[in-house]
Amino acid sequence: MVTNAASLVRPADVAGVVDVVRSAGAAGPVGRTLTIQGAGTKAAWGGSLTAVDIVLSTTGLTGVVAHEPGDRVVTVRSGTPLRELQETLAAAGQRLCVESGYDDATIGGVLASGEAGPLRLRYGSGRDLLIGVEFVRADGVVARSGGRVVKNVAGYDLGRLLCGSFGTVGVITTATFRLHPRPAASAWVVAAGVRKDALLSPGGLPPGGLADGAGTRERAAIAVLADIATMVPSAVEGNLDGPDDAGEVAVLVEGSPAGVAARARTVQALMADQLAGVDVAVVAQPPSWWGRYPFGDGDIGLKLALPVTAVPVVLATLHERFSALLTVRGSLGSGVLYAGLPATVDVRLLTDALADVRAWLAGTGGSVVVVTAPPSIRDGLDLWGEVAGLSLMRRLKAQFDPAGRFTAGRFVGGL
Amino acid sequence: MSAATATELARRLRARLGASAVVTDEAARRTYECDGLAHYRTVPALVVLPESAEQVRTVVRECHEAGVPWVARGSGTGLSGGALPHADGVLIVTSRMRRILSIDLANGRAVVEPGVINLAISRAVADDGWFYAPDPSSQSVCSIGGNVAENSGGAKCVKYGFTVHHVTGLELCTSEGELIRIGSWLAADAPGYDLTGLVVGSEGTLGIVTKVVVRLLRRPEQVTTLLAGFPSMAEAGAATSALVAAGLVPAAVEMMDALAISAAEQAVACRYPEGAGAVLIVELDGPAVEVAEEEWTVREVFADCGAIEVRRAVDEAERAEIWKGRKSAFAAVGRISRNYIVQDGVIPRTSLASVLASIDELARAAGIRVANVFHAGDGNLHPLVLYDETVPGELDAALSVSGAILDLCLAHGGSITGEHGVGVDKMAKMPRMFSADDLQTMQLLRCAFDPPGLANPGKIFPTPRLCGEPPRPRSAESAPGIHQGIEIW
Repeated sequence: MVTNAASLVRPADVAGVVDVVRSAGAAGPVGRTLTIQGAGTKAAWGGSLTAVDIVLSTTGLTGVVAHEPGDRVVTVRSGTPLRELQETLAAAGQRLCVESGYDDATIGGVLASGEAGPLRLRYGSGRDLLIGVEFVRADGVVARSGGRVVKNVAGYDLGRLLCGSFGTVGVITTATFRLHPRPAASAWVVAAGVRKDALLSPGGLPPGGLADGAGTRERAAIAVLADIATMVPSAVEGNLDGPDDAGEVAVLVEGSPAGVAARARTVQALMADQLAGVDVAVVAQPPSWWGRYPFGDGDIGLKLALPVTAVPVVLATLHERFSALLTVRGSLGSGVLYAGLPATVDVRLLTDALADVRAWLAGTGGSVVVVTAPPSIRDGLDLWGEVAGLSLMRRLKAQFDPAGRFTAGRFVGGL
Repeated sequence: MSAATATELARRLRARLGASAVVTDEAARRTYECDGLAHYRTVPALVVLPESAEQVRTVVRECHEAGVPWVARGSGTGLSGGALPHADGVLIVTSRMRRILSIDLANGRAVVEPGVINLAISRAVADDGWFYAPDPSSQSVCSIGGNVAENSGGAKCVKYGFTVHHVTGLELCTSEGELIRIGSWLAADAPGYDLTGLVVGSEGTLGIVTKVVVRLLRRPEQVTTLLAGFPSMAEAGAATSALVAAGLVPAAVEMMDALAISAAEQAVACRYPEGAGAVLIVELDGPAVEVAEEEWTVREVFADCGAIEVRRAVDEAERAEIWKGRKSAFAAVGRISRNYIVQDGVIPRTSLASVLASIDELARAAGIRVANVFHAGDGNLHPLVLYDETVPGELDAALSVSGAILDLCLAHGGSITGEHGVGVDKMAKMPRMFSADDLQTMQLLRCAFDPPGLANPGKIFPTPRLCGEPPRPRSAESAPGIHQGIEIW
């Protein structure tokens, strides 16, 4: 969250970014702190900034630097809106398989926040498709890693450090991505009116932890995932919003027209079989909730990154505690889902739920993160839970930004 | 380390790990003097073969206390000297850590020890219809720990990606001897920096992995492999570009030139199309309907580009027959040349034709033969530079051609290594690909993970950075020239 006192600067090129960062460092013994912002769509994500003197906007760094369709590679400046890039690529029959839940999001913002949409099931997230990066360090030095070819293991991959770093490491100025051809055909297989009890495993968290083998009870909607895996779905999304009998599961199938038609029919049959009594349709457009977060401005947003077998139990637990206040959307296929709660929710109830679910997931690598919450609630919550390797992360931050100049307080462990 | 230090360290490690885990005999140590890149040799001061993560930690802690460097080694198949031992250090060999600790198909994961052989993972889950995707040519002998260090690729990474895309978590022993779990293990997207993604591909310089969590995939419904012979590399290269233009993402697109074909023919009698100046192997996998459609597209492309013969394999035996020549190609070149250098460089796919022509010119001018075997789908070249060490001047000529090929890759905007790593072999080339600032920035990472610099020192970076030195802004005038590193080395 940015205070009004901070000044906004909008450099037009990398040299301009360097000037801003250097002058911030030169301002007295303490220097000034910066936060990096693209379109600002996720300004309310993460922890409260402990200090910010300058908002460094990347929106002056725009445009495609190079796009070679034959290489399926694009180099783009970080302030470019993702949507604009996709339009450019679409003209060449290609796409970047990275998505944002916000229409105006920039490339840099999507990378730094680690956003990924439904396609993550098949293509991973930004860090999996980023093959080269240029960024400005806290001391104003411009550094690059990776390159412009899809296969390259020369040197450390600093793109991996920047993706999901919430602007705590450096200012991403240019990104190079691996691209994919746009599919000739797409179809969504949508099961509507799925009863929540077909998706959820009620009865609370089983005693013990998931890592100890505490039973996860497979539910029909989860079991169907295994069946459809050989149909290579590009996405498997769920939506639990509203009444108990209004859940939805939607599967995206992409490929050739004949292939998509055949696979969509197979997926339809498998889903109809598993989710008995539910209407399953093949449609040409995604459902309205597709790729959208189940929370808005001022709401509490959670990110649930779960082993897929834990999805029914965790969702049921949250559902039991918050009932109709809770909305959930996301990738059933990859176990990464988002939950929304109104800011009026009982904070103690939320604190307990976070602690209980996190404890149950311990040792599995699963996590529950409070992505966004109003400042009054946020500061009292443990947003990230226990973070594996936090001491190494502190050391990384100390190496890359020893003065703590970038985006202080927003990231794990107060980094 | 001094002889006294080595003796004391060996004594302490024997007491903790048992006598059979510590190798001090010189002849026995000598068997570990190199990895797959045999022209770099160093006998390690001590070799240790731990059996568990705890034993690895013990070794690393002892090294840390004594200030002794160490190098991790899996199966020793690496091709960049990444596992080249340190003369004053300990070589930690993971070959006794070969347990598959758990397989969780419902979550699509396996947890394995670092010494587990790559292919053993796919074998363990094959009956259930699953597989582990990264498939380096050495997959029947290389270890998963080595794959993690090198971010190994393979023939199918054009579609499936590299090791980094298939490892979701690690147990890492830091150089200070702390065992930590990093990454998302059975889930995705762990909060915080992507430590797993940083460690994969760091060539053993950020710590040693003691457990690896790999992602398992469902076996595709249909796999079809096509082999096509072309009159020359020009037609095969054009076919590769046409496949991309047609919007296909095959699982593999592999190319061999006439010299490589003739070597493979002599070695394994692969019976590739007679008279072919080049062959392409294209593997398609996925849902049956689409694979069948794609096969027709590929056949059309082949025909348009002048293929002289096309063969098709649909079962494992036929497929093995087609792949036999390609997979044996590196070793087969030993049949037609006393010595050879395996090069690994990457170019943008669209530069294929021009780079191949330039390699041909380089070879001709130097009077050296170059066999080309490569992953055409992602522009990853493996030129094999042939020479005879008994002929004066040939080694130098071969080294010069081999180096010039990497310069060619860089001139086309490519990379000095696509999958073999930098190791010791390509350190001197790093300043050609990256600026001094880039290299110094990368080493900040190393300073965070390994402040004393004990984990595989002397690899990747031509000019190591001292971690005590705080990063400072420097003016362009004071920055060392990018060629300075080469002069130093």
